[in-house]
Amino acid sequence: MRTSKWCLLYGLNKGLSFGIVLTPLHFIIRPMENETSLIRVDCVSRYFGDFCAVDNISFDVKKGEVLGLLGPNGAGKSTTMQMLTGNLAPSAGQVWINGVDLLDQPKLAKAQLGYLPDTPPLYRELNVNEYLIYCAKLNRVPSVQRQAALDKAKQRCGLTEVGKRLIGNLSKGYRQRVGIAQAIIHSPAVVILDEPTVGLDPIQIREIRHLIRELSHEHSVILSTHILPEVQAVCDRVQIINQGKLILSDSIDGLQQRMTTSSWVLGLRKAPAESVLAEQAGLERIEVLDGNRFRVFGSDEQLVERLAVTAVEQGWGLFELSPERMSLEQVFVSLTTQDEVHQGEAS
Amino acid sequence: MMMLVVAAREFRSMFLSPLAWSILGVVQFLLAYMFLSQIEMFLQIQGQIAGVEGAPGVTQIVAAPVFGNAAIVLLLVVPMLTMRLVSEERRAQTMSLLFSAPLSMTEIVLGKYLGVLGFLLIIVALIALMPLSLLVGVDLDLGLVAAGLLGLMLLVASFAAIGLYLSTLTNQPTVAAVSTFGVLLLLWVLDWAGDSELGDADGLFAYVSMLRHFESLLNGVFDSVDVVYYLLFITTFLVLSVRRLDADRLPH
Repeated sequence: MRTSKWCLLYGLNKGLSFGIVLTPLHFIIRPMENETSLIRVDCVSRYFGDFCAVDNISFDVKKGEVLGLLGPNGAGKSTTMQMLTGNLAPSAGQVWINGVDLLDQPKLAKAQLGYLPDTPPLYRELNVNEYLIYCAKLNRVPSVQRQAALDKAKQRCGLTEVGKRLIGNLSKGYRQRVGIAQAIIHSPAVVILDEPTVGLDPIQIREIRHLIRELSHEHSVILSTHILPEVQAVCDRVQIINQGKLILSDSIDGLQQRMTTSSWVLGLRKAPAESVLAEQAGLERIEVLDGNRFRVFGSDEQLVERLAVTAVEQGWGLFELSPERMSLEQVFVSLTTQDEVHQGEAS
Repeated sequence: MMMLVVAAREFRSMFLSPLAWSILGVVQFLLAYMFLSQIEMFLQIQGQIAGVEGAPGVTQIVAAPVFGNAAIVLLLVVPMLTMRLVSEERRAQTMSLLFSAPLSMTEIVLGKYLGVLGFLLIIVALIALMPLSLLVGVDLDLGLVAAGLLGLMLLVASFAAIGLYLSTLTNQPTVAAVSTFGVLLLLWVLDWAGDSELGDADGLFAYVSMLRHFESLLNGVFDSVDVVYYLLFITTFLVLSVRRLDADRLPH
């Protein structure tokens, strides 16, 4: 009898002291997060059975930043995004949205999130206005602000003219825009877009990219893609994911530097013999591409300049001289062969 | 309150497809036919039973059988209404809209359930109008009608709860419909085993059978056991649905 009472008291005591210890720490950590990052992902992993789709990923996204998640198909981009939006619970790790723990207080955290999944979640039987109003209600936009929110979202996504049309009758591009409008209608702090430009025509892609840039003034944006120019066009920072692992986290400039290499394509209408070209100072190696096009390698910065001058002087009929960049695939290959995770200056 | 938003959309979407309208029309037509034939029968036997002490009245002869038939018809109809609740959203991948909105899983499930319940309430109200139209000419036993309606409503609410749960189990609406129909029919006929010589078991079967609890309400016996049976039934399947949807997110 006595022992059980003691146990109870002890347990209570332990719980109390635990709470006291925990609380100040909690308060110390949170304001710091609020200042710097809207999204904080901490050692998140996700397993499907034995298969590890996302392996121990951590990153931060700051306010006003556009983060591009880049990776081949099946790399874990969508799974990561689903975990950020509460569609999947991580097997391990934590996610904070604007300082709120997504797993502890899902409602509070999700209120600050807008999410466009890879397939836009649209109800075909509703018209655009009805659908967006429903989304506004779901995201607790107060009724007085709903109409204004609807107008703003439609205007931003170029949907003003199709408000009364059934979603089922819209073209794919318009549906994609409705999907984006749905994600931003409640002006969330964080907008997460899973392949927002897939299946759109070039003009629409430009518009969507413009919209994403515009969004980044007020929101943080995470978008996933496997198209490199898209990342270069809209993102401030890039993370490359491969086989569930984060293999690169760098600013966009850093990525571009990584991709420039020292090879150039040289096109000469009246090309001299290969051996003559190979004798040029600073040229390390030369490959013949076809008849009169060559790939020249050399790290000397003035090599190209000299080549151009020589070509003109000798009357070789220079018609092409262009730098070659590593493609995304090549970046992948070069990155995956290196072991450690690269952290650029941005992080 | 958020569940009402989900419920309202569920309800509205139902009426945007021809399914809801055709169900309302077909159910009403079938039951009107049964109602009229019941009235015809009453008119035939009215003379014979007029003098008999304690003979059944018009309410028992007309209203109760209509409600009883309505239960059978709805047993066929409810699976078609509930089949698409979750499975259709899964298939069209619209579930993530609800999952990433600030809603709890309970609100999502209750919202969907209330949406269907609203539609079923309309069906039951339309059915109730038929016996109630007799009020123009005769005195009805309103208590009996009320007990029958309560029974019918609780019954279809339980149907809907099972339908919702089975809809959370699959991506394919038709699979949900077929399995719901199977389970409902099984629960309906479960007490037939009571006829065989199973001893104690038949008591249990009869107790679990949905029909038994409905019959007593249909006869005007308001037993709280019956009401609690249905409420427990509904709660159980709603809780199971919430857990099933939660399992979609969790690692396993």
